[in-house]
Amino acid sequence: MPAETPSLASLYRQTVLEHGRQPHNLRPMSHPDHLASADNPLCGDRITLYLQEREGILSDVSFEGRGCAISLASASMLTDIVCGLSPGEARRLAASVVETLGSGKGGLPGELAALGEVHAYPARIRCATLAWKTLDAALDGAGRPAGTA
Amino acid sequence: MSAQQASASAAGTAPLDVAAIRGDFPILHQQVNGYPLAYLDNAASYQRPRQVIEAITHYYTHDHANVHRGVHVLSQRATDAQEAGREAARRLLNAAERAEIVFTRGTTEAINLVAYALRESLRPGDEILISQMEHHSNIVPWQLACQRTGARLNVVPINARGELELDEFHRRLNARTRLVAMAHVSNALGTVNPVAEITAAAHARGIPVLLDGAQAIAHRKVDVQALGCDFYAFSGHKMCGPTGIGVLYGRREWLERLPPFQGGGDMILSVSFDHTEYNELPYKFEAGTPDVAGAVGLGAAIGYLEGIGLDAIAAHEDALLEHATRAVSALPGVRIIGEAAEKAGVLSFDIEGIHPHDLGTVLDHQGVAIRAGHHCAMPVMDFFHVAGTARASFAFYNTHEEIEQLVAALGVARRMLA
Ligand SMILES: Cc1ncc(COP(=O)(O)O)c(C=O)c1O
Repeated sequence: MPAETPSLASLYRQTVLEHGRQPHNLRPMSHPDHLASADNPLCGDRITLYLQEREGILSDVSFEGRGCAISLASASMLTDIVCGLSPGEARRLAASVVETLGSGKGGLPGELAALGEVHAYPARIRCATLAWKTLDAALDGAGRPAGTA
Repeated sequence: MSAQQASASAAGTAPLDVAAIRGDFPILHQQVNGYPLAYLDNAASYQRPRQVIEAITHYYTHDHANVHRGVHVLSQRATDAQEAGREAARRLLNAAERAEIVFTRGTTEAINLVAYALRESLRPGDEILISQMEHHSNIVPWQLACQRTGARLNVVPINARGELELDEFHRRLNARTRLVAMAHVSNALGTVNPVAEITAAAHARGIPVLLDGAQAIAHRKVDVQALGCDFYAFSGHKMCGPTGIGVLYGRREWLERLPPFQGGGDMILSVSFDHTEYNELPYKFEAGTPDVAGAVGLGAAIGYLEGIGLDAIAAHEDALLEHATRAVSALPGVRIIGEAAEKAGVLSFDIEGIHPHDLGTVLDHQGVAIRAGHHCAMPVMDFFHVAGTARASFAFYNTHEEIEQLVAALGVARRMLA
């Protein structure tokens, strides 16, 4: 039996649309401790994530780039959620968010829960996971100076 | 008289019986997300009529064996079936002879074949002249050839309407140019390039011309002898044929001069460990067991298109494009990407504040299949300062009702997302 058609309103929840229209922390950072860029080859979108670390805690997180509502909302929420975590915590969270967005199984923290429907749109999962994979790349070998990531 | 009929009769052809044509396409008759499917992604791939599907089934049911190998009946039938497909392609392109039709996996492989074979004769400083509107498959093979030889790409720019800058083309043709490789029709913009003029100018300097016909072949009558081009590439799946088969047309003179592409069975006359003699054209370029069923399906697709008539197809599609352009441009915030004076089959656009990906998802929800993204033409997207566009692309089996469905769906998307 075909799966029930997922509803558009559950993909584009108000929270997602708001973050997508006015993403939080959409700005460059002049001296980030970590950064990474990634492309979504499907649409040619690119995001760059910047992180500042103070005493083992991510004290500032921002990003630049262009993208669809889903990818911008995901990146915007990421900058809110990850600020205040240690790099290790952030990477563990990134891994679990990527897993959950793909499988639709398990919960997502905070506002990110609004992106929970994306697993019903296989072509769009990559949009939602892009920022989180970029976060993982930025913190890969945490402590490495910016520019060598 | 409907707009459709008016336009068709203006072109001097009888209007298409689109309802009857749609009856030949089983896949078009389905609901997607509770809406009738409006398939407007034909530039990516066409759908197939029953006649093509049945030809392939018939071939596998009755005639299959390997080609050129056996003396038995099935092998002869398979060989004949493949050659009938080749003859159909010759007829479609009006090539001088069947030997000039090389089967490939598609446009991409056809272009790679020429790029690979030409590589041996490229020297540092030589130039390949392409355009800014090329599909990646008419860029990257040349980049690879350039990397290995020290030759370089010379790229003819486009203007704000998405037309080739012809003055620049003429200026850039020079004594170092070894080949001109251009799209006949752009997949991202719909622009129809003045390929006869391009070819004449190149030939005046003794420079060969390859045309990427992927987006032209199902929309316009193509006559390679009238155009005068040296190579012409197209894909079966973009003209109602199967995936996995395409054609490289090459003028005999060029195919004889070029070295083989891949080595193996079928492309040789005799092999010993110190010498191999290559087979005659076109088999020199067809190593290994070919896609015989693909050739059969391609032949059926060509027969189908010829039965409808390419002039009638062009007239119907032009009416669809005109209707869609008018209706979509009238929506607030829309920017049409690609406004060339001569276009075929493609409407690329951007809606302010809506990413094409989101648009694609919301349209899909209403049964409308379009493509959203860079369309494998990232340099075009860079030129227009967009990451991607939404692209509706038309085939002869599309209807004016489907365009209304597209426009209504765009309205929903705007209310939801903008
Ligand atoms: C203009 C153009 N050239 C080349 C290609 C590549 O065709 P294929 O993928 O069938 O090899 C395409 C397909 O999108 C195209 O539109």
